[in-house]
Amino acid sequence: MKLQYFYRTLNGLSCRQASEMVSQSLDRQLGLIERWRLYVHLRLCQACRNFSGQMGFLRKAARKHPLFSDRDD
Amino acid sequence: MASEQAALPADLDGHRAYLYRYAMLQLRDSNRADDVVQETLLAALESRSAFAGRSSVKTWLTGILKHKITDLIRKQAREVAVDSQDTGDDPEESRSYADQFFEQARRDHWHSEPRAWEDPERSFEQKRFWETFEHCAASLPAQTAQVFAMREFMGLGTDEICQAMGITATNCWVILYRARMALKECLELNWFGERPSRDN
Repeated sequence: MKLQYFYRTLNGLSCRQASEMVSQSLDRQLGLIERWRLYVHLRLCQACRNFSGQMGFLRKAARKHPLFSDRDD
Repeated sequence: MASEQAALPADLDGHRAYLYRYAMLQLRDSNRADDVVQETLLAALESRSAFAGRSSVKTWLTGILKHKITDLIRKQAREVAVDSQDTGDDPEESRSYADQFFEQARRDHWHSEPRAWEDPERSFEQKRFWETFEHCAASLPAQTAQVFAMREFMGLGTDEICQAMGITATNCWVILYRARMALKECLELNWFGERPSRDN
């Protein structure tokens, strides 16, 4: 068994749950334990780190949308 | 109605196209968008003296429009609640929507692992990126699109959205999750996928 897989099992958070938490972290303040579990998962999981980056990008893109950023043309 | 429309001064009416586009992204219904823009312009005309020029006319109008849209959505949500909510957007379905991305047999590991998008913010300068982004946002299911637009485009908090849509906070998070998964997928397919992928 891969070591990473072992740790992830130990940590008890699946990629699916991690992805849900990443999304929710954009909408609410995660609790201390949630944050810790997510942190450990992300440290060990490149795929979820990539996902987290993509979610951050989506937020930034929506806020930078030429139609919605409050700049005048 | 037509005479009122004709009476609008050009400096207000000039923003009509912009406001319409804004409203369309939230409402996705040309009649409703038209109506809400017209209401906005009339309200602006009425309260003109109150506009102190602290912000630009466009920002001021957008502010009024946001209120009108939120009101409309609130009303709409009430109507929907009355004639049974089978919009196909209930959280259970959103949860099963996410099933396609994960493999249960592998402890809900990614079906296809998200890869890093290379220097994604460079896309902001490209007009075609925004077209793709709008296309992706518009192809979400109606309620999902509306919740996403309120959260990300209008920057409302989830509590405000819950109130307006008549849904619980948990529903709201699930719907937003679904929206983001779908958008990520759509951008991957229609934008970032065009660049050669390094892994796989």
